[in-house]
Amino acid sequence: MSEELLAEPGWLSEEVKTGTTIIAVTFDGGVVLGSDSRVSAGESVVNRVMNKLSPLHDKIYCALSGSAADAQTIAEIVNYQLDVHSIEVEDDPLVCSAATLVKNISYKYKEELSAHLIVAGWDRKEGGQVYATLSGLLTKQPFAIGGSGSFYINGFVDAEFRKNMTKKETQEFVVNALALAMGRDGSSGGVAYVVTIDKDGTEEKCILGNELPKFFDQ
Amino acid sequence: MERLQLHSQIKGVSTGTTILAVKFNGGVIIGSDSRASMGESYVSSKTINKLIQVHDRIFCCISGSLADAQAVTKMAKFQLSFHSIQMDSPPLVKAAASIMKELCYNNKEELQAGFITAGWDRKKGPQIYTVALGGMMLSQPFAIGGSGSTYIYGYVDAKFKPDMTLEEATQFSKNALALAMGRDNVSGGVVHLVVITEAGAKHVVVPGDKLPKFHNE
Repeated sequence: MSEELLAEPGWLSEEVKTGTTIIAVTFDGGVVLGSDSRVSAGESVVNRVMNKLSPLHDKIYCALSGSAADAQTIAEIVNYQLDVHSIEVEDDPLVCSAATLVKNISYKYKEELSAHLIVAGWDRKEGGQVYATLSGLLTKQPFAIGGSGSFYINGFVDAEFRKNMTKKETQEFVVNALALAMGRDGSSGGVAYVVTIDKDGTEEKCILGNELPKFFDQ
Repeated sequence: MERLQLHSQIKGVSTGTTILAVKFNGGVIIGSDSRASMGESYVSSKTINKLIQVHDRIFCCISGSLADAQAVTKMAKFQLSFHSIQMDSPPLVKAAASIMKELCYNNKEELQAGFITAGWDRKKGPQIYTVALGGMMLSQPFAIGGSGSTYIYGYVDAKFKPDMTLEEATQFSKNALALAMGRDNVSGGVVHLVVITEAGAKHVVVPGDKLPKFHNE
C-alpha cells in the first residue's frame, strides 16, 4: 500500500497516447467524422477535451489516434504540404492526395511512428471519401473506425452501416457509435466532436457528455 | 496505434471463442460459436460444442482453456446432481453458478477459464450468471464472453432490450454471434443455441450459410 502512495503519477513518465475512438463515414453527398476527446498518459487523463479531428484543408479533415505527438505532427506536416500542392495546381486538393501524403509519411517512418490517421473529406471529382492509413497502407472504404475504442463497436458498425444514408442518419450513426465505444473503453471518453463535410461547406459540432445517447445500462 | 491486448494473448491460452447468454420473456437463450484453436493459426476443431449441460434446465458456456473448463464443469455437474438429490428438488441456477465460482476462486492460481451459467428454476425464473477468471460471480440480464466478445460490446449495448420475445432474442443472439465471428479470427464455425424455458431445453444448430449477413459480406 505504501508503495502506491510514494509512486510518481503516471503522467510524468508515460507516453501521451490518444487511446481513442475515431470514426469516419461516407454518405450520399459528403462525409461525417467523429471522435472522442480523451488523451491519456498511462492511467491519467491529461486532456479531457481534445479535439482529435484536425483540418488538413477546407474540405479535408483527418482523425488522430495512437501517439498524440506523432499524430499531431503528421497532421501539421501534411497541412503544409497540401497548402503548397493546392497553390501549385491552382485548385482545391483531392482527398486522395491528402491521404497519399499522410500515407507517405506513415510508411516512410513506420518504425519510429505509432499513429493511425483516418483521412476523410469532399472534393468535386469523387464526392465524399474516407481513407484509412494504418501503418502506411492506404485503402478507400465506405467507412472506417480506429483507436482502442473501435474494437468494441466493430459489431455495431458492421450491423448498422448502410450505403447512401442521409446526412442526418449518418450523424446519428456516428454519435451512437462514439457513445457506445466511450461507454466500454476506458481510454475513450469526454465529449464527442462531429465534423460534417459536404459540397456546401464544413460544419463542426461538439456534443457534451450528458447529451450523448444512452443505451441499456445495468 | 493502441493495440488492444486480448486476454488470450496475454495469458497464452488457446481457445478463442464467442459466448453469450440473453434473458427473454419466459426463458434464456445461451449461445456460442464452435471453433477450438491452438495458437492463432490452427483450428483444432470446427464443430466443438461449448454449451455444457450441468442439469436439466441449467447450461454453462465455457471460454478460456478448454481443458480447465471441461474439468470444472465435470466437477460442477457431479456436485450439482449430488446437491439436487439431497435437496430433493431441481437445483437453483444460482447454486450451479456458486459451485463453479467456488471452484474458480479456490483454484484461481491454476485455472484459466471463464463461464456463463444460464438456466431456469422455479424460484427466480430465467437467470444468467457470469463467473469470471478470478472467481467473481455476477448476475446480469445478458452476458457476453470470450475473445470475440470485445467486437460486439457496442452492438449488444445498443440492441438489447429487456423482456424480448423468443424470436427477437433468437435474432439478437444470431446477429451478435455472427458479427463477432466475422471479426474475430479465433471464433467461427457454426452457431450453437440452447433455448431454456420452464418446459425444458432445446438445442438448435445454425450452420454457417444460414447465419445473417451484413453489409460487407
